[in-house]
Amino acid sequence: MKAAVIVFPGSNCDRDLAEGFRKAGADVNMVWHKDTDLPEGIDIVGVPGGFSFGDYLRCGAIAARSPISQAVVAFAQKGGHVLGICNGFQVLCETGLLPGVLMRNAGLKFVCRQQVLRVETQQSPFTQEFAQGAEITIPIAHHDGNYSVADEEMKQLQDQDRIAFRYIDNPNGSMGDIAGVLSENRRVLGMMPHPERAVEDPQGGTDGAKLFASLTRIMTLA
Amino acid sequence: MKARVHVMLKDGVLDPQGEAIRHALGALGFDGVDGVRQGKVIELDLADGTSRETVEQMCEKLLANTVIESYAVEVG
Repeated sequence: MKAAVIVFPGSNCDRDLAEGFRKAGADVNMVWHKDTDLPEGIDIVGVPGGFSFGDYLRCGAIAARSPISQAVVAFAQKGGHVLGICNGFQVLCETGLLPGVLMRNAGLKFVCRQQVLRVETQQSPFTQEFAQGAEITIPIAHHDGNYSVADEEMKQLQDQDRIAFRYIDNPNGSMGDIAGVLSENRRVLGMMPHPERAVEDPQGGTDGAKLFASLTRIMTLA
Repeated sequence: MKARVHVMLKDGVLDPQGEAIRHALGALGFDGVDGVRQGKVIELDLADGTSRETVEQMCEKLLANTVIESYAVEVG
């Protein structure tokens, strides 16, 4: 498997995400935001957490318009796999690859803690190693994770089984307790929690490892 | 020439920051503030002759997220 991790000015989870992909056996290319093309033969693109462009204007807004993001959108539209975590989720929403928007947390505070999530669907390349309905603990660290989506899009997300994770004990006011959503073709996942911060024991937990293990399975089949 | 863009959350979109401001105003003794909505103002310094349509395209493509925000353009 060959992975690309996009690096924006202000990204700060890019190397952690690269490590997660490496654990899944991937060869990882770091790709700078000013590049206009992804490297050849990429199987999956990671859009990492952080504070791209200082969260100026809106979280993820400027990153979503940077040169590499056009290439990421084109890659996804051709059926490529894309994983956006935290700020990466915000970026994917701003590009339109995922529906909805991440607003300021309802409590207005930055929330940084271990968070329990429920795996809502096994039917995706990112979640197939989890048990359906499993409760897992993954760290969250964000100020703008309050997921909001139009009623009809929410209905689609539910009807098409595209809600990947929901919070147990909602930390930020997200509609439907949503922590992560899939694209219609199920190959793009955006999530606020940080699975790459839960892959080794010294990080305080390893529940995120199954997400990366899931990717290994699909990539070896591909 | 200058243009000024006002970006506001659409009606019906919950504005937690506006709510916090409303509470703070109440705490300062300002009674009767029934609602607060917080938006932003973006001032653009533009080449003469830039059309309103161009500024509206800027809004659609970057300055506002039209999923949740509306915008109004003032030119001149």
